[in-house]
Amino acid sequence: MNWTQFFHMGGYAFFVWGSFGVALSLMAAEVVLLRRRRKRLLLLQARQAPKMSSLKEYETTT
Amino acid sequence: MGSSKINWYKYTSPASFYPLAGKMIPWFAVLTAALLATGLYIGFFVAPTDFQQGDAYRIIYIHVPASWMAMFLYAMMAIYAGLGLAFNARLWSMMASAIAPTGALFAFISLWTGALWGKPMWGTWWVWDARLTSTLILLFLYIGFLSLQGVIDDKRRADRAGAVLALVGLVNVPIIYFSVQWWNTLHQGATLRLGRSASIAPVMLSALLIMIAACWVYAITVTLMRLRCIILEREQHAPWVAQLLGRTI
Repeated sequence: MNWTQFFHMGGYAFFVWGSFGVALSLMAAEVVLLRRRRKRLLLLQARQAPKMSSLKEYETTT
Repeated sequence: MGSSKINWYKYTSPASFYPLAGKMIPWFAVLTAALLATGLYIGFFVAPTDFQQGDAYRIIYIHVPASWMAMFLYAMMAIYAGLGLAFNARLWSMMASAIAPTGALFAFISLWTGALWGKPMWGTWWVWDARLTSTLILLFLYIGFLSLQGVIDDKRRADRAGAVLALVGLVNVPIIYFSVQWWNTLHQGATLRLGRSASIAPVMLSALLIMIAACWVYAITVTLMRLRCIILEREQHAPWVAQLLGRTI
């Protein structure tokens, strides 16, 4: 199979690439969104408790 | 058994599962990438063109794995939600919440790729047939679970309400699975069935199985990532979170 044939998919390019393109993009987007969510959470935590560097410190301050 | 002193409940606490999940994620991520690359390579470059469906049949390599994962993840979600409800274990309820969006994603991919496969093969994007309709109901069940949890502020109440919905909806999973046997549907019969030889050429079968494995480990990877976020959100005032983040930031 050469590249032209590969992209042509025997005339079914729209259906095959429409399936794989959307599926793989959504899966990639899910990973990106989760990484962003995690980063945001860690930033929020860092802002909320900037000096609580250890459990002992946390317990003495609360 | 009696002499064993391993604390089996250790990993049902969010505080001990959080770092464990963190260690597992990179391994599953690498495995996902490797399986996905291998599966797609075999599916597109090694597997021959189908004599009936031409290259359109290659949609099977994403359609079947996505459909399986949509059903399997729903069952897992309902089981974890049910265990969380029965044993009042918050980690298991969080696991159910972590599975739901990925399950919904796979249900959507199943319907989307099914429509794109149905159009050239059946001449229609959609038909109200037993399998398609029950899969659409599966997507609605996921959306129902997610929105129900979203509108209840008290997280433990949201867990309980979600668990009831998930368990009631579980009846839909065998309906989807057996729909092609129970009713006359436009959808073709199962390609892979337990206890029978597959109705597919070996090279196509290996590509399909690798893609199923890829989607499986992908689901594990993103579920663990989301679980860690959910733990951080819900336990943000717990001392162990402060201790942990004090060290890592």
